[in-house]
Amino acid sequence: MLKIFLAFVRKETFHILRDTRTLVILFGMPIALVLIFGYTISNEFKGASIAIVDEARDALSAELIAHLTASGHFELVAQPPDMAGMEKAFQTGEVKLGIVIPAGFEQSFFREKRAAVQLLADATEPNYATTLTNYATQMITAFQQEQGRVEVLPYQVGVHIQMLYNPTLVGAYNFIPGVVALILMLICAMMTSLTIAREKETGTMDLLLVSPLSPMVILLGKVTPYVVLSFVNAVIVFLLGYLVFDVPVRGSIVLLLVLCLLYLMVALGLGVLISTLAATQQTAMMTSLFTLLMPTMILSGFIFPIASMPTALQYAAHIIPAKYFIEIEKNIMLKGAGWEAVQFSSLVLVAMMLFLFAAAWRNFKVVYD
Amino acid sequence: MTAASQQPAITATGLTKKFGDFTAVDAITFSVAQGEVFGFLGANGAGKTTAIKMLIGLSHPTAGSATVAGFDIATQREQVKENIGYMSQKFSLYEDLSVLQNINFYGGIYGLSRRQIKDKSAEIIERLQLEAHATKVVGSLPLGWKQRLAFAVAGVHDPQIIFMDEPTGGVDPVTRRRFWEMIYAAAEVGTTIFVTTHYMDEAEYCNRISIMVAGKIAALGSPRQLKDDYEAASMDEVFLKLVRD
Amino acid sequence: MQRLLFIIQKEFIQIFRNKGMLPLITVVPIVQLIVLSFAASNEVKDVNLAIVDLDHSQYARELVHKIEVADRFILVDFPPATRHGDERLQDGTVDIVLTIPPDFEQDFFKNKGAAVQLLVNAINGQQATVGAAYLSTIVRDFNQEIQQDVLPVRRLAAGAPRIEIASSNWFNEELNYQYFMAPGIMGELVTILVMLLTAMNIVRERELGTIEQINVTPIKKWQFILGKMIPFLIVGLILLTVGLTAGKLIFDVPFRGSLWVIFAYCLVNLAAVLGLGLFISNISDTQQQALLTTFFFVIIFILLSGLFTPIESMPTWAQYLTVPNPIAHFVHVMRSVLLKGSTFGDVLYNFKVTAVLVVVFNVLAVSSYRKVV
Repeated sequence: MLKIFLAFVRKETFHILRDTRTLVILFGMPIALVLIFGYTISNEFKGASIAIVDEARDALSAELIAHLTASGHFELVAQPPDMAGMEKAFQTGEVKLGIVIPAGFEQSFFREKRAAVQLLADATEPNYATTLTNYATQMITAFQQEQGRVEVLPYQVGVHIQMLYNPTLVGAYNFIPGVVALILMLICAMMTSLTIAREKETGTMDLLLVSPLSPMVILLGKVTPYVVLSFVNAVIVFLLGYLVFDVPVRGSIVLLLVLCLLYLMVALGLGVLISTLAATQQTAMMTSLFTLLMPTMILSGFIFPIASMPTALQYAAHIIPAKYFIEIEKNIMLKGAGWEAVQFSSLVLVAMMLFLFAAAWRNFKVVYD
Repeated sequence: MTAASQQPAITATGLTKKFGDFTAVDAITFSVAQGEVFGFLGANGAGKTTAIKMLIGLSHPTAGSATVAGFDIATQREQVKENIGYMSQKFSLYEDLSVLQNINFYGGIYGLSRRQIKDKSAEIIERLQLEAHATKVVGSLPLGWKQRLAFAVAGVHDPQIIFMDEPTGGVDPVTRRRFWEMIYAAAEVGTTIFVTTHYMDEAEYCNRISIMVAGKIAALGSPRQLKDDYEAASMDEVFLKLVRD
Repeated sequence: MQRLLFIIQKEFIQIFRNKGMLPLITVVPIVQLIVLSFAASNEVKDVNLAIVDLDHSQYARELVHKIEVADRFILVDFPPATRHGDERLQDGTVDIVLTIPPDFEQDFFKNKGAAVQLLVNAINGQQATVGAAYLSTIVRDFNQEIQQDVLPVRRLAAGAPRIEIASSNWFNEELNYQYFMAPGIMGELVTILVMLLTAMNIVRERELGTIEQINVTPIKKWQFILGKMIPFLIVGLILLTVGLTAGKLIFDVPFRGSLWVIFAYCLVNLAAVLGLGLFISNISDTQQQALLTTFFFVIIFILLSGLFTPIESMPTWAQYLTVPNPIAHFVHVMRSVLLKGSTFGDVLYNFKVTAVLVVVFNVLAVSSYRKVV
């Protein structure tokens, strides 16, 4: 029994190993993802192209412009004559922020002690617009203090901020757990559902099913190599995170890896369930894409904070396995928490696994009896 | 027989295909006359499929030359394709299209007019007695029917030559018999049939056969001639003698 | 030409015959559009907060009240000691713990540097910084209010000149995040779906063996490729139409620019994406392989498209990577035309780059399709 099972595992492993391109992608994908997230994905404000309508054209307005551009955060790319020109600059997308300095700027500032500046942000992207406006406001306020020599009032209330677990606000602390959850789901669930659908489509499944082995043993034999592959991939991502981005594992590594396997089992259950429902590889693929991958990326809190979502989606997030797994990862890796802290999430995953296996088993029988 | 029939339907001269060091087809030379049912026999891996792929333009020969329907397979591949039909080892109609849709599609790609397609569809449906199943998807038909339909579709554009690569794998003797009746009917109206098989009883149905062993043609002639030459009672015996040598 | 029509007809029949496929290319993308547009928001709200008040003074109570009425925070707990606050942070029930130290009020009156302390769970950097910044603003406002209690009015109304900054948000005054996400997601969904379907297409015929039958027919390479592309092009356009309708009905996304520009761009974009999809299909032996290769591209395309994070925030080398990325251009065109009313001339650059991609990808597709081995 065990021997035949191992024979299946061997057969499937040969299939995978012979396909060099798949292997390259399976191992290249997590690495590429980690590097992209690590180096390119950021909401951090780096600088923006601005346009200035200078209606004042006096010494102070020139100084303000110099002050804004000298910081290196704002690059002045256009000086349209009027507001219509400004709108055009927004429409081509070359400019993200517009600043209007009204006529008589210097006079108002020194004589009336009160001058106005108008900020226009391209608010198609609300967060970026807010960030830009805040940045420009800070710089103009600094300019005003420099020019007006404002004294600092006594009786200040200070705010001491202490960033815990991730003092330097490294994005990697957030995305490494997310990438692991995504990769495991992708390889384990999607690849298993595809391999099984493939055997059904090409008719080789029937050959396997008439063998004296129980269908489930056959299935397990088919999927075991993918479980191993996914697990190796997870370890690679953890290592990359540790070596390249200094993401620590403060808690128990053994516990982390054991729970990793638990999550893999959930992914496996999903994969097998999908393959019992889908007749062709195309259907299996589309189902995996839209029911596994997208939700894992979007609703797990990996890219977007769950707290910002509408209530209905927050509830929906509770059935996403990745959500629990990411919680587990963050607790163990970043907070150094032990079993008690991850107990609940782990039990939820166990329940999901049992449910999925039961459902897959039921469906499998219906199809092949 | 018309004057054109003097010209052979297929000729092959020293046709060779190598994959690296391995020679799959080793300088085979033969010719097939028009209207002939030509059997191409050999054990699995003897090079039959490779040879047929070169003749129908799916594979470039490494050496040698061949003509099909009077056109050179190396330089006039498109003209060759206009004049042949092909039925592969693997069942190759679209299982998710209906009988009519399959005929319609292949008729269309061979450049038949709508009118011709309509006539042809009606004729095929009638010939195969598929009236009740014309709008059913092909995937739901029994294998024997699928194969006969595949043969009919291979001939939808009335090609001069139809190539068949192990067309009768996996069907029962009765269905095979009916399949061969279709082949004869096609040959009778002048279509040349080039068929590979490893069923020796089918070999008896052919006008002439060639037997391939390890990439070479080991024997060529009519079934009776071969049985006489090898002092054998059946084609099975001829084949076994050749393979053992 | 007629041969071409037969291929197109066949592809359509196959698309519509596949019961599992039809909902996947109609209903599911709409659901995706809705869910994604709602979920893909970087808005920071509902930050869970615990306040440890060790002062119990009048000012402390006032500060707590000010935070309570701010709608960004949910006050989940008032732990009696700092230690309890830390535990809350550890088990994840709160994101930030604000501690008002003992003698806070007294220190303030003595001008002895009164201060509150924020402990922030910073694993999610953005939530942490933005949340802490909101809290700091509240504390600063509160500070200004209570300064009036101790400082003479004369000193408050300082004589220093001021610049008043009026800011306005163009094209999206209410800072509606869905306006921003929905058009981008439409572009992304159309691209992914079409690319996946095409990538799986030819390789599927190869796996099932039907491609051999096609290869022995006199059909031309370009007829075959075009016959495969046109149906998916149409599917893509239908999808875009459905997406735009849904965007209008559900999110009331403004349509400021011309829809013709959108559809024209979609056509060019799909021609590029189809070429890439077919190229992948041609170089793959199995559907599984085609799918993985496509995924590899798609995930990188999405992450580097500016859909979720601004391209301006990427390092320069990564910004160059967005140039050959069809999704990046589609997302940009959708947002510019719909939200800002950009004209054809405004997005001409995107048209030009995409046209180059059309040529490159399709040359790859046609040249990699081998009828003969």
